[in-house]
Amino acid sequence: MHLVLFLIFAGFCLAGAVNLLLQTHPINSALSLIVVMSSLAVLYLLLGAEFLAIAQIIVYAGAVMVLFTFVVMLLNVGEEERTHGSYAAKIVGFPAIFTVFAVITTVVLEARHRLGGVKLSDGITKTEDLSKVLFRDMLLPFELTSVLILVAILGAVALARKEGHS
Amino acid sequence: MNIFWVFLLLSILKVAVVLAIFLGAVAYTVLLERKLVGRIQNRWGPSRVGPFGLWQPMVDGLKLFLKEDMIPAGVYRPLYLAAPLIALGCALLSIAVVPFGAQNLNYHGVKFFEIADLNIGLLVLLGVTSISVYGIALAGWSSNNKYSLLGALRSSAQMVSYELALGLSLVGVVLRTGSFNLAEIVRVQSIHGALTWNLFGGGQFIAFFIYLTAAYAETNRAPFDLPEAETELTGGYHTEYSSMKFAMFFMAEYGNMITVGCVATLLFLGGWTSPWGHLLPEPQNIILQAILPLFWFVVKVFFFLFLYIWVRGTLPRFRYDQLMGYGWKYLVPVAMLNIVGTSLVMAVFP
Repeated sequence: MHLVLFLIFAGFCLAGAVNLLLQTHPINSALSLIVVMSSLAVLYLLLGAEFLAIAQIIVYAGAVMVLFTFVVMLLNVGEEERTHGSYAAKIVGFPAIFTVFAVITTVVLEARHRLGGVKLSDGITKTEDLSKVLFRDMLLPFELTSVLILVAILGAVALARKEGHS
Repeated sequence: MNIFWVFLLLSILKVAVVLAIFLGAVAYTVLLERKLVGRIQNRWGPSRVGPFGLWQPMVDGLKLFLKEDMIPAGVYRPLYLAAPLIALGCALLSIAVVPFGAQNLNYHGVKFFEIADLNIGLLVLLGVTSISVYGIALAGWSSNNKYSLLGALRSSAQMVSYELALGLSLVGVVLRTGSFNLAEIVRVQSIHGALTWNLFGGGQFIAFFIYLTAAYAETNRAPFDLPEAETELTGGYHTEYSSMKFAMFFMAEYGNMITVGCVATLLFLGGWTSPWGHLLPEPQNIILQAILPLFWFVVKVFFFLFLYIWVRGTLPRFRYDQLMGYGWKYLVPVAMLNIVGTSLVMAVFP
């Protein structure tokens, strides 16, 4: 059962990602990204990470992508114009993608032996357990990350403000 | 019989029954609104079809179903067709996690009065709310109409803004319960009846006010109905929709109203439990045990629907800058203060 669901939603995820690249209209690409995000949430759920799954839906599919579509709608962006792409990008690009993919795969496969893994249909991680890890064991990295995000928000506000207005 | 098949069959049965009742309730909420707003404005409301106009929703449904389905030439078809489905789908989805009756009645652990018993039920409700904005946003954009687009933009901005206040207002309730499970939230607050409801004994009346206000904005209801303000936008995001597609948006709006009523009941008014708590003896009859909680739940949800309509008949519409200012400068800070206050009280009096 879990495996069937995994295959279905992994398929959705990949199809959404490919569709995101192939579509010429920004709003279709944005919607494909929503499909990717939601399918990822289901994959998290299959691994028993229910809080992570619903946070993925609320934050990414709900908030971030709404802003994306909002901007697309507000600017009324039309169809994107396709260029043929540069010759150099094709020659260097594909090997580069392959290399990066290989490096990431190697690192993940290496780390799997040290960190251990979860199987589909393992038990559910309770939100309590997650909060214990976040707010007790990993408190410093967690707080540092939030400070980093705050700095990024302030930076965005500073950049977006027009000169001359105080 | 295998437990999986029992679960599957019972779930399908529950979904069918709940869906039928929910859609019926949606139809009759429309009638309730027309009747009540009529009385508020000193007129009768629908009174011709059947006794007291009781068959009006059926006739309305038939009318909408039989109307010609117009699709304007300039629309972006795939999204134009998908938008009403998304809106209605999200409205119907959230009722799945709402527990609405006695939790001790079950068959092999499959509860009768709740479709899906989730640890994160409350978060699922918030997630569905955050997704449901796409129905309106895409409807407005794909219609290729200025009024629709303006309505959709207003709606997106409004829903994103008030979602924050909505989520923050619920943190106090979650703090008091220590769980996202809706049945658990009800159990914790129903120990001494109405005295321990989150609204009264729980001290969450500020959160209750913020939740209701934000929920009215989320469901695009008066006084926050700017996305479909008739006087400015001729109907807003559903201007270009007709027949059943329009009806789907309409049903989604009323379905969301009912869901908000259910959630407010669960979170603040003790769900299906009676206001007298254990003062009254528990009925011995199994049928009474099943029906009494349902009765209390329906009464409380009805109260919220009445409140919705009362507010609609009473308050004028917000101006757009007032709407944004109210959400960001007033509701969000007060919701945060409520979290701090609740945490302090819980820390001092554990």
